[in-house]
Amino acid sequence: MSDKVTSVKKKDMTKVVGRPDSMNDTQFSYCPGCHHGIINRLIGEAIDELGIQEETIGTAPVGCSVFLYKWFDIDVVQPPHGRVSAVATGIKRAKPKKTVFAYQGDGDFASIGTNNSVHAANRGENITVFFINNTLYGMTGGEMAPTTLIGQKTTTTPGGRKAKDFGYPIKMSEMLARLDGPTYITRQAVYDVPRIKSAKRAIVKGFKNQIEEKGYSLIEILSACPINWGLDPVEAVERIKSEVETVYPLGDIIDRG
Amino acid sequence: MVDKQLMRGNEAIAESAIRAGCRNYFAYPITPQAELLQWMAVHMPEAEGGTFLQAESEIGAINMVYGAASAGERTMTSSSSPGVSLKQEGISYLAGADLPAVVVNIMRGGPGLGNIQPAQGDYFQATKGGGHGDYRIITLAPSTVPEASRLTYDAFDLADAYRTPVMILADGMIGQMMEPVELPERKPPEEIPPKPWATTGAKGREGNVIKSFALGGENLKAMNVARFERYEKIEEKEVRYEEVNTDNPDIILAAFGTVARIVKSTIRLAEEEGLEIGLFRPVTVWPFPAARLNELSAEVDTVLTVEMNAGQMVEDVKLAVRPETETPFYGEVGGVVPTPGNILEEVKKYV
Amino acid sequence: MLRGQVDVDSERCKGCGLCIDACPKDVLDFSGDFNSDGYNYVEFANPEECVGCGFCGMVCPDMALTVYSFEEEEVS
Repeated sequence: MSDKVTSVKKKDMTKVVGRPDSMNDTQFSYCPGCHHGIINRLIGEAIDELGIQEETIGTAPVGCSVFLYKWFDIDVVQPPHGRVSAVATGIKRAKPKKTVFAYQGDGDFASIGTNNSVHAANRGENITVFFINNTLYGMTGGEMAPTTLIGQKTTTTPGGRKAKDFGYPIKMSEMLARLDGPTYITRQAVYDVPRIKSAKRAIVKGFKNQIEEKGYSLIEILSACPINWGLDPVEAVERIKSEVETVYPLGDIIDRG
Repeated sequence: MVDKQLMRGNEAIAESAIRAGCRNYFAYPITPQAELLQWMAVHMPEAEGGTFLQAESEIGAINMVYGAASAGERTMTSSSSPGVSLKQEGISYLAGADLPAVVVNIMRGGPGLGNIQPAQGDYFQATKGGGHGDYRIITLAPSTVPEASRLTYDAFDLADAYRTPVMILADGMIGQMMEPVELPERKPPEEIPPKPWATTGAKGREGNVIKSFALGGENLKAMNVARFERYEKIEEKEVRYEEVNTDNPDIILAAFGTVARIVKSTIRLAEEEGLEIGLFRPVTVWPFPAARLNELSAEVDTVLTVEMNAGQMVEDVKLAVRPETETPFYGEVGGVVPTPGNILEEVKKYV
Repeated sequence: MLRGQVDVDSERCKGCGLCIDACPKDVLDFSGDFNSDGYNYVEFANPEECVGCGFCGMVCPDMALTVYSFEEEEVS
């Protein structure tokens, strides 16, 4: 069809998707096919859309997201591992008008940080918490996390996780939903376009709840970790659908906003 | 109008922090520090913009301090020995991220659960760095309630000036005892130095980052070297100590905090027996006043260190004095407080 | 007719293939070439098939794809 057309004028080019303004061009340090990068971009898009780049303070601890401060053009505080919810609380209490988000992996949020995570939720702390669940410790080389599935092989459950040895995959979102403090708790994923759109809405909602002072929002996002799952990025997506989601079903758990 | 009140040490410290412009206090209940927490629960919310929050643990509290400090606010936590142990990681991170904050330790008997009597067993932890990595924290050791008030007030200025955590190292006796205190005036907010480095929202500027981490290209060494240059300035300018009866005494006693106060009574007791005791009292136990102690050690044969622990500051004394100076030690442990009589008896062994 | 254009930042791309999997029109494919990190980056292989839906850019974990949509006006 194109050989008949002598020349084509592109009219009103609009950008459909690309790098959000609140992010710079520093390359991500994530592994190929890691969903952290998708989630980071969705957060950047939400910050752009809500126009809060100059008001937002991010907190991201050591873990795969340790370099988050490099690619976001916002203020970022790096808390000690596991202490994010407490540091975020300290920032928010000191600067109640600013938008504070916590960005934590499952090891950070659901293992060492459980104490702080539970109590920030129980206080209904007016912050937005992104809890990235890839069912293991990524950065340190694929060890078991509290979210590791039964039977899942990791570098510290070489024979597959057995409940009698290391207990069951912990369901933080469902647990915290039992508390009266939180306003919005949802579990999302970003492994395909419909899920990405849903996750984006949840992220925007989490920020909005904070801006409108509605209290604590927890957005758990299932994430692929191809390198430590020993799968290629497309197979890793299949694992989320066929295995992880059976233990960690998607959807809003509470929405009292 | 002089604002003089009869107050407990814990309460004087709390009130002085508020008057120093501290507007963010996070802590966890523990004896013998509890009244400090309780005072803040009542009075911090009364202060304009004041935030009081009882944290889920001492670990939660020190990290809330980390957050508030990152946002450029004056902030404090307080606890007692076991709780301060839980805060060591947080203190290392505060030091590593060059964050100003005040941490109060109302020491008690240890180790482990110990008891709730006064003690000085956390000297090493405070002055030699209880957390990981190379860092020091300015550590101020009051020996009276009025001094605890003044040092807390100064601690916030020192923390801001050198971008470092500052510790108030008191003990259960100072925390619980009541004395008349002349409280400081409220520091006008405009006198609190601005903090352009703080994370307050990147409006009209590049994003600020608060971190203690540097990998690869970023230079952790440079961060450390710069910090130690600041420590040198602190050692040059911020040393504080008190001397009593040190012109040509028979013996000098080195003691800090509550024990130094008991030594003052011992001096009077000894004078009745014609014995001249001198007291050298470090107020900054870091930076340790080594230079002055070295000078003083020229005038006596013996510097006896007296502590409520098994011998901690005595090591700094040994480092500071002249080689020929005798440096014996007398310590009470397990929350036992020495009496002037006990101390005098000990002194007599060396004069 | 709504058309699309995908600009590939070959240095950011890590050859994960998620975009190829997500594209409804088989527009993208591995280039067979390698960037400075040694990743086989993707290329905008079949431009005329692209409708600018943006799926590829949405699933891309590295913001390596910038997708535009435009109206095509034939100018003879």
